[in-house]
Amino acid sequence: MRTLKSLMAAVALTATGLGLVQAKAAETNVAVAANFTSAAKDIATAFKEKTGHDAVLSFGSTGKLYTQITQDAPFQVFLAADTARPEKLVKDGLAAAESRFTYAVGKLVLWSRDPALVTGETTLKQASFEKLSICNPAAAPYGAAAVETMKSLGLYDALKPKFVEGANISQAYQFVETGNAEIGFVALSQVVSDDRGSRWEVPQDLYQPIRQDAVLLNKGEGNEAAAAFLEFLKGPEVHAIIVRYGYASGMSS
Amino acid sequence: MGQLPPDIWIAVRLTVELAAITTAILLIAGTPLAWWLSRTGAWWKEGVAAIVAMPLVLPPTVLGFYLLVALGPDGPGGMIASLWGARTLAFTFEGLVIGSVVYSLPFVVQPIRNAFEAMGDRPLEVAATLRASPLRAFWTVAIPLARPGFLTGAVLGFAHTVGEFGIVLMIGGNIPGSTKVLSVAIFDYVETSQWREASILAGGMVVFGFVVILTMMLIEKRIGRAGL
Repeated sequence: MRTLKSLMAAVALTATGLGLVQAKAAETNVAVAANFTSAAKDIATAFKEKTGHDAVLSFGSTGKLYTQITQDAPFQVFLAADTARPEKLVKDGLAAAESRFTYAVGKLVLWSRDPALVTGETTLKQASFEKLSICNPAAAPYGAAAVETMKSLGLYDALKPKFVEGANISQAYQFVETGNAEIGFVALSQVVSDDRGSRWEVPQDLYQPIRQDAVLLNKGEGNEAAAAFLEFLKGPEVHAIIVRYGYASGMSS
Repeated sequence: MGQLPPDIWIAVRLTVELAAITTAILLIAGTPLAWWLSRTGAWWKEGVAAIVAMPLVLPPTVLGFYLLVALGPDGPGGMIASLWGARTLAFTFEGLVIGSVVYSLPFVVQPIRNAFEAMGDRPLEVAATLRASPLRAFWTVAIPLARPGFLTGAVLGFAHTVGEFGIVLMIGGNIPGSTKVLSVAIFDYVETSQWREASILAGGMVVFGFVVILTMMLIEKRIGRAGL
């Protein structure tokens, strides 16, 4: 009985603590597609500096985050890696239609730790590697773009037996980074500040542009920090960060 | 109910294979280990026992991370793989077996050790007075007496391997027929909003889990009665 009481006291104390924090500066929970991880962290830091608000980031594949949002996850803003899922959320009545906009356009890269392996599309044609890492095409837009690229080149069926799939783009990158897969399709943002290895930036005509949409979720309605974060995303500070990570700006295209 | 997609059956078969092979390896390798743990007077034996029990408390991500590096081209796994011209043991069925053996080790070793300890010294002493060699006594006295422990260990090891998720996700690469086991297939279906497939598999796992626990309880009840 005494344990129960002290437990309840602890819970009450924690609740008060949280209340105090909330009263000082607003906080918003943002679901972020894995490819945008590093950029989003920089953006959250800049956001805090400028507005004093906290953006709490959760990362995952766009598909997983979408599923979680449909199941009432406590996210207020969604930075997806495609346009389809935010659009679906609007249709599901879970997001505000007028808040949706493209915050970045991603680029796909074929990357290897081996400095000589990737030379261009010939690397895929020769296929002198054991494992090709991609992310789950059904859940992650960069995986879908990788599949589309290989289909455009007519190499999909030949390469399919070599696929290893990460649950999201971070894992697809990790498989190549640890050397377990010699080569993999990753997001340019993941390797842009890394001169190791070899890479081929996949030409845009081989896959649909990866337009990444942001949207305000129902849970974020009326949350000051959520609205501020979305506004901040459209600003010049973020534009600089996005370009630095190898994205094209969604606003200009 | 409709037609089930074939990849569900591939995942089911793969999972059963993985669990069966893992359990077999653990029974073979775990028995001498459990025997040693139950008999030795070495002062560091509890240290070894603690290492065996570690997978109980370590997050699967810790094991998954170490395995991913260890199985890869920079680790011992890559050296072994190079024997047959491959680069890594990650993304292979063999790699999953290695991971599962580590992960399920305590679930097999612990019940067998308990059974050996519960038996006490007396049966072996009696066997010795009847001039049975230690090896013969082990096979004809200790093993049969510890049978419930083996049964428990086998059931738990099998079930725990079926329930493995984190490690497989980290070292598997989601390859159908090779590393895409049930738990990962469910994860995949949920991530892609394929509720029907997910619920068929998840429902199956619930039934499976119930049967396993019920079996365990029945085994224990029988042992209890036999003990009386």
